[in-house]
Amino acid sequence: MGNVLVWIVWFVAAFACLASGIAVVSLRNPFFSALALIGNLGSLAVLFLLLSAEFVAAAQVLVYAGAVMVMFLFVIAYLGGEADAPFVGRYGWQTIAAIVATAAILVEIVVAIGTVADGRLSHAAKIESSFGSPAEIGRLFLTDNLLAFEVTSIVLLAAAVGGVILGHHSRRLGEEGADARA
Amino acid sequence: MLGPDITWYLAVSAMLFAIGALGVLLRRSPLIVLLSLEIMLNGGNLALIAFSRQKGEGTGQVFAIAVMAVAAAEVVVGLGLIVAMSRRRLPLDVDRLRTLRG
Repeated sequence: MGNVLVWIVWFVAAFACLASGIAVVSLRNPFFSALALIGNLGSLAVLFLLLSAEFVAAAQVLVYAGAVMVMFLFVIAYLGGEADAPFVGRYGWQTIAAIVATAAILVEIVVAIGTVADGRLSHAAKIESSFGSPAEIGRLFLTDNLLAFEVTSIVLLAAAVGGVILGHHSRRLGEEGADARA
Repeated sequence: MLGPDITWYLAVSAMLFAIGALGVLLRRSPLIVLLSLEIMLNGGNLALIAFSRQKGEGTGQVFAIAVMAVAAAEVVVGLGLIVAMSRRRLPLDVDRLRTLRG
């Protein structure tokens, strides 16, 4: 019974995930695309929970669907109608080439995983109940992966400095532009 | 493990990656390109967590959180660039930004 329930939850989450992904790519209005991406991230968090990655699922909802998407929506609201670029390029061959390249990537991934997997993917390892808990993730971050943890903090610092410099620079240029127009 | 095995999760992950790649290649608005990039990163994250579950090894989840942090950094810089472009009255269309074209 539990097994059937997990299958049903998996199917709903996977379908929502793919459908909202297609919506992000195909909707014309960037605002609706961003809203569809929030749905995508939420259904991915459900898949993470089914894979007993509780902490990553919570971080996904808090960091991605919360903080990052709010930033996206702010920028879309700031840009207004300016953000609506033409849907696809002017050349028909761009669309065809994009679809062919995407199909090639998909086939490549499937073939690469299929040749390496060789039937080993069907049985998962036994895990303890602490697997994926915040305590376990924290222990891994501060013992085995301490260097990755510190490097991640440097990456975030660099991004924050870059964001401030970009904003400052563009404001100065914008003022110059306003002076020139006056 | 209850429910579908890892292969099913990997199939969803591959399809998500392909959908994101299609968005990056097809759409012309830099905002939608960034949103599609997020889908690609999340497809990669799903594969990482699926493999982490299959091996019973938590390091894959640690890696997924690092990917999340890198995605946040990428969004900060990308959105900063888009706002700077709009302040300089540059067209928000990746086909028309061709100054670096050889």
